[in-house]
Amino acid sequence: MSAPSPMFALPARVLHWLMAILIVSMLFIGVGMVASVSETHDLLIRIHKPLGIAILVLAVIRIAVRLRYPPPPLPADLPALQKLAALASHWLLYILMLLMPLIGWAMLSAGGYPVMLSESLRLPPIFPVSPVAFAVLRHAHGFFALLLFLTFLAHMGAALYHGLIRRDGVLSSMAGRRLP
Amino acid sequence: MHEPSSPPTGIAWRWALIGIVVVGTAAAFGYVGGWLAPHRLTPKRIVDQLQQNGGMHPGYRRNHAKGICVAGYFDSNGGAQAYSRAQVFAAGRTPVVGRLAIPGGNPYAPDSSAPIRSMGLRFTQPNGQQWRTGMNSMPVFLVSTPQAFYEQAQSSAPDPATGKPDPAKIKAFFAAHPESAPFLAWVKTAKPSASFATESYWSLDAFVFVDASGTRHAVRWRMVPVDAGAPVDGSKSDADYLSADLTQRLAKGPQRWKLMVTLANPGDPTNDATKAWPSDRKEIDAGTLVLDQATAQDSGPCRDINYDPLVLPDGIEASDDPLLPARSAAYADSYLRRTSEEAHLPGTTAAHPKPETKS
Ligand code: HEM
Ligand code: HEM
Repeated sequence: MSAPSPMFALPARVLHWLMAILIVSMLFIGVGMVASVSETHDLLIRIHKPLGIAILVLAVIRIAVRLRYPPPPLPADLPALQKLAALASHWLLYILMLLMPLIGWAMLSAGGYPVMLSESLRLPPIFPVSPVAFAVLRHAHGFFALLLFLTFLAHMGAALYHGLIRRDGVLSSMAGRRLP
Repeated sequence: MHEPSSPPTGIAWRWALIGIVVVGTAAAFGYVGGWLAPHRLTPKRIVDQLQQNGGMHPGYRRNHAKGICVAGYFDSNGGAQAYSRAQVFAAGRTPVVGRLAIPGGNPYAPDSSAPIRSMGLRFTQPNGQQWRTGMNSMPVFLVSTPQAFYEQAQSSAPDPATGKPDPAKIKAFFAAHPESAPFLAWVKTAKPSASFATESYWSLDAFVFVDASGTRHAVRWRMVPVDAGAPVDGSKSDADYLSADLTQRLAKGPQRWKLMVTLANPGDPTNDATKAWPSDRKEIDAGTLVLDQATAQDSGPCRDINYDPLVLPDGIEASDDPLLPARSAAYADSYLRRTSEEAHLPGTTAAHPKPETKS
């Protein structure tokens, strides 16, 4: 066995797994609620909005942590194309986790809806009321959600590839322990 | 070579595991999102059916397509304050943007095509919260579940051969839906009225008022006209008399309605809009709705409002009525279609409203 590979900093690991659960849940909640007419629709939408804003707050913290604690380097022998793909997909994930909640908030503002996070907590609008902007932002919310889901699938596939096939310590640097 | 000292064992199984996890996650997503569950009743299917029945009219609502924007205010007398802590019920004035309409997806339908009129209202509270409500001029709804609403819409789709609904299908629907009996009894006596102003508008769905101490009260509400005179039957020769009548009345003065809130007794059904509550239930006069302006809907302030019945302020909540989440979901879908058409987004038919024949 070689020396244990350097790990992501603890705050980075905690944020990563917490947000992974929240964001993947949000994607399922989002597509589930717009495809439902039952009580679940209302319940999911009540979870969707505050959880989305929580993700926005966590994403800001997470980017600060990312800048403060640089991640461990990728294995030196990783092909350049895979390195590029890793780098690009990571930044795409950061951009989308910021963008998705901002679009959600902006689209409700543009639609003239009060942005209610609970029965009584209302966020101020961040976009002027405009039906055209609403339509564009609402479609963007769906489009970027799909892009986020596909990026997540590739990310998860790549992590498993590192952990199960290459077994190069990349997965354990985030998981905190080694897979068999 | 990278880290492992020996090549991983069972390499094929490892690849298979990765494949199963990735494909399984994608499949779960597809199922939850409805793409892999084609039989689920979705907002899209409901609105597709409404669109098929009413015809494709870009930019217009997929139901209650023909209407007119109105504006004014609500003067609360404080009467409902003991039951709901919503700001709108504290004594004082709240601005209102509303819409009066007739049901159906065709914005050019004659006003006499249905004996029902509707009123959508958006109250904007000083604290920025809103109360939106859509009410119909009938005391009971025709179905109690979204599934039955969808089947009813299917049964009244125009027959491709005649261009008209097939009476046999409508009959078959109602035969299978005894819960529609109170509505059918009402509709027998109902006539298309000559005016929006003479009608009462019912919430039909039940809601929950929450008072300052957090106690919950099941309610329904209705708008009852004040001094509008008795309803008169509408003309059969003129297709657009409702907006003309409203404009004439407003030229003489504002139109008023009392907001009457009915409190349920324990055990009254809150999840069934086909059942009226007994007439002896406690009623509160909550104040007066005053409408003093009307504008054509193509350019008026109501055009881009979605009168989603689940946009509610603190102090009003949804009941367990299954129609409510279905309405919220379907109105959002209809709203996205019509705003996309207004925005001329690719894949939509551009909104090009015909000039109104009369306003
Ligand atoms: C990480 C954050 C978020 C993710 C991943 C996410 C994901 C999604 C997804 C997948 C959909 C379904 C899209 C479709 O199928 O068209 C959706 C819809 C929606 N989202 Fe989000 N969302 C996020 C944040 C937000 C926020 C912060 C808000 C509002 C404050 C919001 C409000 C909505 C609304 C109102 C809908 C559509 C409901 C409807 O049309 O009936 N989202 N979201
Ligand atoms: C599951 C049952 C129902 C479905 C699927 C449904 C569907 C719709 C749709 C798609 C619209 C167009 C929304 C828009 O584009 O803004 C609409 C409008 C409307 N609906 Fe319903 N509806 C249902 C039940 C009801 C009930 C029970 C009431 C009455 C209490 C009602 C009253 C109205 C009114 C007043 C409007 C017009 C709002 C406006 O003027 O903008 N609907 N409905």
